Amino acid sequence: MDGAFPHEPEPMPSLPLRRPRRQVVPSSVLGTLIFVVSETMFFAGLISAFTISRANQGPGNWPPPGQPMLPASSTALNTVALLLSGVALLVANWSFKKSPSAPLTRGSFTASWVLGVTFVALQGREWASMFAQHLTLTSSTMGSFFYLIVGTHALHAVAALLALAWALVAVWRKTLSPGYFFGVQTFWYFVVLMWPVIYARVYF
Amino acid sequence: MSSNSESLGHLPIDAMSTAAGEATKTDTHGHSHDAHGGHGEHHEEQNFFLKYFWSTDHKIIGMQYLFTGMLMALVGGFTVYVFRMQIAFPGISVPGWGRVTPANYDGLITTHGSVMIFWVAMPVLIAALGNYLIPLMIGCDDMVFPRLNRLSYQIFAISILVLGASFLVKGGAFGGAWTSYPPLSAKAEYNLTPQGAPLWLLAVALEFVAFLLGGINFVTTVMNSRAPGMKMFDVPMVVWMIVIASILFMASVGPLVAGAVMLLFDQTVGTHFFDPNKGGDPILWQHLFWFFGHPEVYVVLLPATGIVAEIITVFSRKKLFAYKTVLYTAVGTGVLSFFVWAHHQFIAGIDPRMANIFSLTTLLISIPVAEMMFVFIATLYGGSIRLTVPMLWALAFIGEFLIGGVTGIFLGASGADIYFHDTYFVIAHFHYTFFPIAFISVFAAVTYWFPKMFGKMMNETFGKLHFWGTIIPFNFIFIPLFLLGVRGDHRRIFDYSRFPDLMKPGMPELRVLATLSLVTLLAFQAIFLLNFFYSLFKGKKADRNPWLANTLEWQTPSPPPHGNFPEGLPTVYRGPYEYSHPDRAQDYWPQNEKAAS
Ligand code: HEM
Ligand SMILES: [Cu+2]
Repeated sequence: MDGAFPHEPEPMPSLPLRRPRRQVVPSSVLGTLIFVVSETMFFAGLISAFTISRANQGPGNWPPPGQPMLPASSTALNTVALLLSGVALLVANWSFKKSPSAPLTRGSFTASWVLGVTFVALQGREWASMFAQHLTLTSSTMGSFFYLIVGTHALHAVAALLALAWALVAVWRKTLSPGYFFGVQTFWYFVVLMWPVIYARVYF
Repeated sequence: MSSNSESLGHLPIDAMSTAAGEATKTDTHGHSHDAHGGHGEHHEEQNFFLKYFWSTDHKIIGMQYLFTGMLMALVGGFTVYVFRMQIAFPGISVPGWGRVTPANYDGLITTHGSVMIFWVAMPVLIAALGNYLIPLMIGCDDMVFPRLNRLSYQIFAISILVLGASFLVKGGAFGGAWTSYPPLSAKAEYNLTPQGAPLWLLAVALEFVAFLLGGINFVTTVMNSRAPGMKMFDVPMVVWMIVIASILFMASVGPLVAGAVMLLFDQTVGTHFFDPNKGGDPILWQHLFWFFGHPEVYVVLLPATGIVAEIITVFSRKKLFAYKTVLYTAVGTGVLSFFVWAHHQFIAGIDPRMANIFSLTTLLISIPVAEMMFVFIATLYGGSIRLTVPMLWALAFIGEFLIGGVTGIFLGASGADIYFHDTYFVIAHFHYTFFPIAFISVFAAVTYWFPKMFGKMMNETFGKLHFWGTIIPFNFIFIPLFLLGVRGDHRRIFDYSRFPDLMKPGMPELRVLATLSLVTLLAFQAIFLLNFFYSLFKGKKADRNPWLANTLEWQTPSPPPHGNFPEGLPTVYRGPYEYSHPDRAQDYWPQNEKAAS
């Protein structure tokens, strides 16, 4: 192996020799993963704060007086859309590794993105209906936590979808770099997998 | 253009700001600059601004953090001078400030604590040293994500502007203490700083984002860019410590950010997360804060111990005693530090059974910390010790930090803490830990790496004068505070003369002693600054390895040029601490020197 990396080279004027890096995990994925760990702890903070505040109200006091139940059953649909989006991206990844420009790569990636956007749109509709039922950011602790936690997740989803859109354009133009693609994927899987946890803790 | 592996080195954020796959490392190329050598202006095509403020070179970014941290230390020093004068001589007109109002007093204390922890200790120990040292010590040319690195400093700079702005708004700077407990921090009716409070939170949040970006860079770089041949256990201890500290920081900061967002909403949009009258819970904040706050003390401690490890091995010409044990201990301490946070809340109404558990974990965590100190003493044992200025600081660290650690055990025992909590005993405890960390170890680091950073030697005589002028007054500040704390002196009081219980014979005198010692300590810092800038411009030229050290940063010119290793990136053949090896004539053995097979 050593022969490939000359380490006693004739010094090139002012430009250090560069060796290919041995990357245990590609840097873009590793960097995103570390970021995702912090983000996970951030959500863990929000969700445990919610759990404690809810427990403080005592049994039978949830939702607080005058506040609606959260629509757990209709949100199941949103959840399915998001999970399918994650699966479609996995397919895209698998196909990308075999052939970056295969129709399957483009097709499944596009499907993943559209499903992601669907999730955000459905969430938006849900917010509108909860708002109409007098659940607002300041109407109760329940409202505050609902909009804070779900809104934070939505912001992450929107940011990730923008980053994915960039990659989507690149995949159609056949200029997508693997490093970027693996990095954004990592972040999208985080957004996808965080959601069922929120759904289970907050909606029931 | 870049190779394929280069384009892998992109984080999404990086790639979005430029075309994906563009070369990362070349933003500031175009000149073979001499870093901060002070010469070379004649061949300077790139202007000063681009070179020093828009650079992606890890060394320049490290310097930016170092100089900013030093500047902020002056702010922290000035604020403590003003409020300590008020404590010692209530009501006097403080030279350089004037009369201190109660609101001033709160704002000054809050600013002192926040600035010293978030804008001095963190940026200098982690960001400045991490940026400067990591690529040099692991033998690569720059961080993996150089533009992210530049962004990190820029966000950090903005956080300072936001903090600074909070002094100018209506009501002035936030005065709810660095721990920012609600309801004081949540309600403008109580803290009287309707704009200062949210600005403070915003500044802290921005600062966290900056360190998050830095931490991602450090960990990724150490994982993926080490010189060929450098195995896990060949990595210098200080690099390991900064990496572990970064991981700790990134794993603990999330819940605090969650709390900060909730607090910001309480302050600005009228939610009631922390308001017990409206279904909220004020203790929740304390949990979220200290869940971060306690790991945070190890975030700053670990890099400091790493610095000490580098210095005592070089200046005792001995191998670091029990390298692997130190490493495992650091990881263990890091993990354990997530399970001690409630020792800050023993009297906040937590369940006494829970308090017992946290007492136990707190006592447990003092074991690995003590062990690390013993390892250092064992390293010194039998070595040929050279009392240079960096070595003096490193030895002082061990001695002074031990006092901090030992007094922590008293506070960790919940029974004793019921009495000690919020007294000056706590203040003295954590200053015996934080001052060695944020100043003693940093002075050790700056005096040790100065020749590398600037290519000049610092003056030893002034260095020693500054050392004694700092260490002696330091103890004369905080030993009196221990004594006051034992007598029940409460912290965060504006005017002690209104509390007859706290004015018993001897107590005002101890306060005056502490304040006068503080003024002395601050005055001696002028010698450091003088020595620093004098040596920078007029110091004796340093060659590449003035201390005869093994680690890679000393095997390249001082200061290292852009790209770090002009003779080609190094290959590593051995660990960093092969001093006084029996098979060798010289008493050191650079990591990149091929064995004479
Ligand atoms: C790594 C070095 C350490 C640092 C930087 C540090 C820092 C601090 C700080 C900042 C506080 C004050 C919090 C406040 O009330 O505002 C504190 C309090 C405390 N420290 Fe440490 N500490 C360190 C080591 C230790 C150790 C080794 C122990 C125990 C074995 C310990 C136990 C405590 C306890 C129990 C308190 C709470 C006291 C109270 O507020 O009543 N600390 N420490
Ligand atoms: Cu603690």
